[in-house]
Amino acid sequence: MNIEWYVVLSSLLFAVGAMGILLRRSPIVILLCLELMLNAGNLALVAFSQMVGNQQGQVFAIVVMVVAACEVVVGLGLIVAIFRRKLPLDVDSLRELKG
Amino acid sequence: MSATAWAWLVLLFPLLGSIVIGLGFKVIPTRAAGIVGTASIGLAFACGVAMLVNLLGQDPDARHHASSLWDYASAAGLDIKLGVYVDQLSTFMVLVVTGVSTLIHLYSFGYMRSDEGYHRFFSYLNFFVFSMLLLVLAGNFVLLIVGWAFVGFASYALISFWYRRTTATGAGMKAFVINVVGDIGLVLAAFLIFRELGTFDYGAVFAKAPQAFSTNEWTVTAICLLLLLGAFAKSAQLPLHTWLPDAMEGPTPVSALIHAATMVTAGVYLIARTHVLFVLAPTAADIAAFTGLATLLVAGTIALVMTDLKRAIAYSTMSQIGYMVVGVSIGAYSAGMFHLMTHAFFKALLFMAAGSIIAAMANEQSIDKMSGFGRAMRFTSIAMLCGGLALAAFPFTSGFFSKDEILAYATARGGMYLIFTVLGYVGALLTAIYTFRLIFRVLPGKPCPEAQELIDSGHVHHAHPFNPATGEEEDAEVGFPGAEHHIAEQSAPMRIAMGVLAFLALFGGLVQVPGVDETITRFLDPVFADSPLSEIVPTVGASWTGLAIGAAISLTGIGIAYWVYVLRPGASAALIRRLRPVHTLLVNKWYFDEAIDLLVVRPALAIGRFANRTFERVVVDGLVVGTEDVVGSGGRVVRLVQSGYVRAYALLLIVGFAGLALYFLLSSS
Amino acid sequence: MEAVLFFAAALGALGGAVGVVALRNPFYGVLALIVHLFSLAVLFLLLTAAFVAAAQVVVYAGAVMVLYVFVVAYVGGDTEPTFDPIPGQRFLAPLLGAALFIELSIAVLGSSLLALDTDGSNVKVGFGDPAGIGRLLLERFLLPFEASSILLLLAAVGAVVLAARRDEPGAGTPVPTSTGTPGESRPGEVGTGVPAGDPS
Repeated sequence: MNIEWYVVLSSLLFAVGAMGILLRRSPIVILLCLELMLNAGNLALVAFSQMVGNQQGQVFAIVVMVVAACEVVVGLGLIVAIFRRKLPLDVDSLRELKG
Repeated sequence: MSATAWAWLVLLFPLLGSIVIGLGFKVIPTRAAGIVGTASIGLAFACGVAMLVNLLGQDPDARHHASSLWDYASAAGLDIKLGVYVDQLSTFMVLVVTGVSTLIHLYSFGYMRSDEGYHRFFSYLNFFVFSMLLLVLAGNFVLLIVGWAFVGFASYALISFWYRRTTATGAGMKAFVINVVGDIGLVLAAFLIFRELGTFDYGAVFAKAPQAFSTNEWTVTAICLLLLLGAFAKSAQLPLHTWLPDAMEGPTPVSALIHAATMVTAGVYLIARTHVLFVLAPTAADIAAFTGLATLLVAGTIALVMTDLKRAIAYSTMSQIGYMVVGVSIGAYSAGMFHLMTHAFFKALLFMAAGSIIAAMANEQSIDKMSGFGRAMRFTSIAMLCGGLALAAFPFTSGFFSKDEILAYATARGGMYLIFTVLGYVGALLTAIYTFRLIFRVLPGKPCPEAQELIDSGHVHHAHPFNPATGEEEDAEVGFPGAEHHIAEQSAPMRIAMGVLAFLALFGGLVQVPGVDETITRFLDPVFADSPLSEIVPTVGASWTGLAIGAAISLTGIGIAYWVYVLRPGASAALIRRLRPVHTLLVNKWYFDEAIDLLVVRPALAIGRFANRTFERVVVDGLVVGTEDVVGSGGRVVRLVQSGYVRAYALLLIVGFAGLALYFLLSSS
Repeated sequence: MEAVLFFAAALGALGGAVGVVALRNPFYGVLALIVHLFSLAVLFLLLTAAFVAAAQVVVYAGAVMVLYVFVVAYVGGDTEPTFDPIPGQRFLAPLLGAALFIELSIAVLGSSLLALDTDGSNVKVGFGDPAGIGRLLLERFLLPFEASSILLLLAAVGAVVLAARRDEPGAGTPVPTSTGTPGESRPGEVGTGVPAGDPS
């Protein structure tokens, strides 16, 4: 298969993930969409790794996975903390940054 | 030591005195402050004498030296130095200023003894002498302006010395504002001189001027007219004279020093110093002369009706300076300076005597309430008489020789200038009349209550302190001429000072007797040798004829005063009734104050009010508040972006990212 | 053969992605993402990245997603309200998504990224296996490796701090009060009363 297919698929998944962040209001779902975007990036990396012929892209993809895991951990910890304080789990009502 | 080194010392001592007394007023005891102040001027006088001796040892035509300590600015065509110029004219002025100042300091030592502001007084007085000497010794126009401005400040500080008195502060401000008008003229003249001649230095300016300007060219006339503006403001000539009578709010020594002997003569000195320019602009010189003549006559007439003792003497000063201005404007330079010197003597003496009498009257200055002091205060009366005789140009007093010398010169110049002679003699008559009007009203006759108190008990009358002009109560801490008053009879320093001046007033003129010993003229003439007018010299015979006429007029005037005020006591009241409109005009000082109020003060206030109400509120506030509004609304608009919604921020982020990608796409294709 | 697998996996990935975005209940979203992750693992296998695929399944789908499941179970999933307070968001988001996709596609397909039009280089056997990746990680990319381990530590500590239970009044153990007659003690507590004759 042409590498182009993989890369185009990756950009499509990335766009879907971006759209999801903009459209959904539950923080959990937003985090899930973030996962989508990261995975799309992974896909592109591995595709390029295949194209170039060495494994550095795959190593990069593994590091991205590590980073994604850390970020999920912290994000979910935040959500648990919000839930514990009995605040609504809705990014649109957490508006204190309003200028 | 060279003459210029002495000149620097002359400048140094009064400045040091002022600083020492001014800074050490808490630690220096009262008497010591007075001694330090007087001694510093005395030392300056000694250095002035040394300067004179040094000069006399030189060739008469080479008696001019310049010396500078450092450069203020020497770039871009400017070359301004801290420099002095020593020649016969400046030495003469230095001697007159320091000599009379020393005596006045001595007088103040006794007169101001119980004043709370004793230290402040001596500090200011020393500073004034320093500034006057700076003005006189300056070697370039910039330093002249510095000295000029300092003198103006010192005058202001001393006029409003008793600063809790509203009349005093008002008078100080009036003096300062009018002087500033003169300062403008002087500064503009300096600018013009620099523009035309490229230098500020006296020597260079006076050398280049005859080549750079043709006679009566408009630039040099403009320069001279601007110089005259400055001179007239400082010397209280018409129309910038209104500050001088009000300046009598200051303590009597101040009136004696500043407003009789020294500061008001600065204008005369200026015209004499810049005579080279005035020779090139005869029109301006004539304007100066006629203004001096007008002042002479107007002030003389006003002095006839003044009832305030010090103000009457002030108008007399104005009139005599008119003579000096006439003298140096028509070419009688040395004569004008001689009159300056003798006037310093007898006018200071008259003020001192007046101060003594006013002290005896517990600060009452109106001659309507004074009489019979001839018996109560012998010494003061004799001093006053000496001063009065000299002022009225009684034969063989100093005033006699000096005043008539100017008029003799005017006669010798002839033509149009005979007007000066004629009207000058009219003025002399007026002078004699008003001088002896004062003397005959105050000294002889039945003693008034205060005088009686002196005769009986030897105590000086004590009145409850209040300002005679406004009736408000005096501030005994500061704004009040001391709880105790000092008269000459009870104060040795005052007597010494007045004695010396009386001697000089009577016999000081004998150094310049026409045909016998013309020391002053011979000393000063080389300074003015470059003026074609100095070639006009009245013959000895003409001089003595003039002196004879002057003597006759003086005696006539004294006689008239005697007749009106002593022989026929009701005569003056009858005259006032007959000539009521004239009397009203004179009592209101020819309405100059009212005219200036109408022409200058009210429009200025109106402009100020307009600026405040309209311009400030509409334009300036509009601009400022408008800018504020614009920025505020801009901020409000921008703030809409910060909605607090995370998703909106994410949207903006993705928009930006998409935009960037688009840009890269487009730029790479 | 490869093409069929590719399209199947691609469809699965896409479907999972759309499911995450579209499904209202977050729990279903989590499930959709798991499907997506598995599909991606298949794609990785197609690209001869065996270790990465395995890591994807074990770490991502196995650990991270389990974490998600726990949190969603704890927090619960409310359906979101339909009213969107941000004006224009509902309309702009798909637009931007589309714009992003189109731009990236143009970049990939239409621009001068011509090298993409290839089947990939001929890789030898053993490409993408743990040995090679391990060697790279520990030799050439040692620093990123260590850095990511520190990052993991930080994330763990941070998460614990964030979600720690804070003591609030009213919660926790009740504070003993000294009402009641002295000498009486509550079950399980040390007597607070002062017996008579006790030197104190």
